[in-house]
Amino acid sequence: MSEGTLYDKVWDEHTVTTLPTGQTQLFVGLHLIHEVTSPQAFGMLRERDIDVAYPELTHATVDHIVPTDDRSRPFKNDAAERMMEELEENVRDAGIEFDDPTTGNQGIVHVIGPEQGITTPGKTIVCGDSHTATHGAFGAVAFGIGTSQIRDVLATQCIAMEKQKVRRIEVEGELGPGVEAKDIILEIIRRLGTDGGVGYVYEYGGEAIENLGMEGRMSICNMSIEGGARAGYVNPDETTYEWLAETDEYADDPEKFERHKEYWESIRTDDDAEYDDVVTIDASDLEPVVTWGTTPGQGIGITDPIPDPEEMDSGDADVARRAQDHMRVEPGETMEGYDIDVAFLGSCTNARLPDLRAAARVVEGREVADGVRAFVVPGSQRVKAAAEAEGLDEVFTEAGFDWRDAGCSMCLGMNDDQLEGDEACASSSNRNFIGRQGSKDGRTVLMNPRMVAAAAITGEVTDVRDLKEVSLA
Amino acid sequence: MSDLSEGPAETIEEVTGSGIPIRGNDIDTDQIIPARFMKVVTFDGLGEYAFFDQRFDDEDNQKDHPFNEARFQDANVLVVNSNFGCGSSREHAPQALMRWGIDAIIGESFAEIFAGNCLALGIPTLTADHESINALQQWVDDHPDEELHVDVVREVVEYDGTEMSANVDKAQHKALVEGVWDTTALMEANAAATRDVAESLPYVESDSLPGAEADD
Repeated sequence: MSEGTLYDKVWDEHTVTTLPTGQTQLFVGLHLIHEVTSPQAFGMLRERDIDVAYPELTHATVDHIVPTDDRSRPFKNDAAERMMEELEENVRDAGIEFDDPTTGNQGIVHVIGPEQGITTPGKTIVCGDSHTATHGAFGAVAFGIGTSQIRDVLATQCIAMEKQKVRRIEVEGELGPGVEAKDIILEIIRRLGTDGGVGYVYEYGGEAIENLGMEGRMSICNMSIEGGARAGYVNPDETTYEWLAETDEYADDPEKFERHKEYWESIRTDDDAEYDDVVTIDASDLEPVVTWGTTPGQGIGITDPIPDPEEMDSGDADVARRAQDHMRVEPGETMEGYDIDVAFLGSCTNARLPDLRAAARVVEGREVADGVRAFVVPGSQRVKAAAEAEGLDEVFTEAGFDWRDAGCSMCLGMNDDQLEGDEACASSSNRNFIGRQGSKDGRTVLMNPRMVAAAAITGEVTDVRDLKEVSLA
Repeated sequence: MSDLSEGPAETIEEVTGSGIPIRGNDIDTDQIIPARFMKVVTFDGLGEYAFFDQRFDDEDNQKDHPFNEARFQDANVLVVNSNFGCGSSREHAPQALMRWGIDAIIGESFAEIFAGNCLALGIPTLTADHESINALQQWVDDHPDEELHVDVVREVVEYDGTEMSANVDKAQHKALVEGVWDTTALMEANAAATRDVAESLPYVESDSLPGAEADD
């Protein structure tokens, strides 16, 4: 078993006891909740007449069902309105802080925690959403949980869990122009498989990871779950501390910052730590990665040929054949030139300020291709405000993009932003599962934000590096 | 299935019934229950939406899918391949399967959150190798009316006079067999120790702690 890693240390610090099942009762430092997976948990508490034990360590937002165009209440969709009302009532009764859209702090649950400084190194963080792994970018140990576990956390501020193994993923080299964090994680999942991380927590490190800003690290940790790992993290460093020093939690309280930093430093992985597995990846020759299939592991470099199912193991081959049939792609071809109908720049993977900036640089002075629906859904109201302050909204709208309000939107299509029929979508989100974006016949191609912008402009999957006069810095 | 609100959980040592095969790797929770059916505030009624998009076309006509077949309508043991339940953490997925009628799932491998969610509902998830699963799927397909016996205690699946070994995760085994899968009750009993851990953490402010009267 691993020893001396951040995961080991944080696990030990938060262990309450060992349960009769052999599982660890683990204290949760931050519980994030939203409107989709929490109402049933509050219902279970009411049935048992149990109060929320630590409401101050719980933080709520609304993201999955909120409309991104008209936010006036009641929401036009009755079911969405009902979920919103349920959440409002639950947080009011329990005394839980709630970033509703009137606060200016609302946004996707995995965007608001980091931007407010409540996501910090060495914290255990859980949320009823599999992309909770995102918060690992700060050196937090962060897991997605189910609703029965949300009930547990509300009732006891703890979860019952078995300790996992730790795999170090060492990403070496410098990224080439146009290549981003998203490409690194798509490559990792392609190589290790969508179930390669089952039983593991991923510790990401190495030159390519350390050179990334916090947003890039979040994109990588975010998709750990797509590789089967329940959590992924990066050890905190100066980049992490610089981010945190600017947040609400610490900007006006340097004494608190120093006190907490002492803890953050103490939980960093030791130099002589032991891992259960180590994988090394050279990112220097990586190109923009796009998916050709219906799982995030079915990705290829933009100039690479789509693989032939005949050359795969039987299980993978079946999945690949069905995926290629659904996507209507042929082995041997590249994804370049694949026609798209929709371009979606959003989601907890890639809807932060640097993502919007990078995409805007590609879009600037160009127009969205005829017949393409293109829209930008910032990850939070703060991201939206910051982007508007530097005029990114104008760049997008002048090119023909819709500029929307914050939410999960077309990542999973629980609000009205959905693919129609068999539309193909260039998406900066995290899942290309069939039906994921709201239409069971819809086709999703995952890619980095610059590549989404390029696809919107040309109307087809495009190597952004080939677009003339684009700054890829 | 017991109502979780009733307190101490029942023990789940075995499941007996007929099987239903769902073939294919990487069947994600979006397939098990599409997101649009999650616009609900309770899990009631989710059973009819299990695998909805695989089962119905745009005009709500039935498509070929085991969950639609008359011969499998009484089945309660699901037999699947690898990485079943990957993707979203939605407990709506096992809830939908459970409410459709599934009491146990046997597969090559499961995504972890999915398996955890199943455990919280008292649904055992057993794993076996590729060949064993294929053979079982074929047998279930050929014998939809015959019973198989999932023995959680001994970690075997008995069918057609054969005994197939199937692994049950250690913690899951203990939780199901000893009836200690109500984790809320288990962990509530340790409220004082929980508070001690909270107090020891430098980032937990003292005014975030529950009052002393909340302790044991």
